[in-house]
Amino acid sequence: MNSDDLDTVAILHDPVRRAVYEYVVSQGRDVGRNEAAEAVGVQRTLAAFHLDKLVEAGLLEAGFRRLTDRRGPGSGRPAKVYHRARGEWQVSVPARDYRTLARVLAEAVDLLGGDEQAEQAARRAGRALAGVGEDLGGVLRRRGYEPYEEDGPDGHGLVRLRNCPFHVLAEEHPLLVCSMNLELCRGMLEGLGADAEAARLDPRRGECCVVFSKDNVD
Amino acid sequence: MRAPKHSPELAGFVAALDPINRLAEAAPGFVWRLKGGDGPQGTVEHGYGDHLLINFSVWESRDTLWDFIYRSGHLAVLQRRREWFLRMAEPYTVMWWIPEGHVPTLAEGMERLGRLRTQGPTPEAFTFKDFHGAPGAPGTGDAEETEGVRGAGAPSM
Repeated sequence: MNSDDLDTVAILHDPVRRAVYEYVVSQGRDVGRNEAAEAVGVQRTLAAFHLDKLVEAGLLEAGFRRLTDRRGPGSGRPAKVYHRARGEWQVSVPARDYRTLARVLAEAVDLLGGDEQAEQAARRAGRALAGVGEDLGGVLRRRGYEPYEEDGPDGHGLVRLRNCPFHVLAEEHPLLVCSMNLELCRGMLEGLGADAEAARLDPRRGECCVVFSKDNVD
Repeated sequence: MRAPKHSPELAGFVAALDPINRLAEAAPGFVWRLKGGDGPQGTVEHGYGDHLLINFSVWESRDTLWDFIYRSGHLAVLQRRREWFLRMAEPYTVMWWIPEGHVPTLAEGMERLGRLRTQGPTPEAFTFKDFHGAPGAPGTGDAEETEGVRGAGAPSM
């Protein structure tokens, strides 16, 4: 276990701080102090205190931005805004290192040309991940995907995923990992008794590459 | 390719050519690509074997090219590659740096791919996995890539 990672993660122990963190992360954009305070239901100064603690720990990043379109005298200083930092922290007690092994295995799959079998295995694993009586949102949240809803270009509802649970591997082996992730998601749909084809690839920078069409999964 | 370009087996791939080419040309960092004849569904004409399809383009940086390949609508097409292309045991894509303004030739690309195959990744011919930065000032050159060199065994390669 990396003790620095433990220190970082441990600062989320405070329930108000954790609520502030989760609110900022769930927005996927810059969030100001007033907005965070209102969302969590605490005073602005307390929200600001926790936001700055989260920046100090490296979990959030801060910047300055004008929150209104007004310019010139009287428009005020730019406001301090916050968004999720790019880094990731892992804590396991006792120490476990599945990531290194996953990277080695991904390379082995590439060398063996075993991507089709890897995708089939991911599909089977996905089916097993869907619990009895759960809905898609619940399964995705539990696996760390951070689902959110959005209107698609044709007006149909989409479920997008703010977080890629396999980020490091997806950067190193994008085609293998994103294809496996798509099959994992399709397997989840099958496990839930929904149409597997509701999941497809529509990647965006900084998010998970899979998107669900809502019509088929509700 | 698993079948000739104008066969029913390749129809899905051919239909994706125009939208994906437009996506590439509109993508941040796109500089130039080698175009083929016969309109929007044209592919690069070459003498390297009938079952070989070639993508040949110039990009400003590694990251802009990576974002286009893996973080755009291109990924969904790439994910379906096995419907249209046979697996290649040898490397089939290569990148290298060129001076700004240089327009590379296909022969140059094939020579770099040959280098990658015989010598492995070097600063003169490399891949995303074993990337080499630009010579001199980093980020000033153009990354170039030949992608989609996926022949049926490609004996000529």
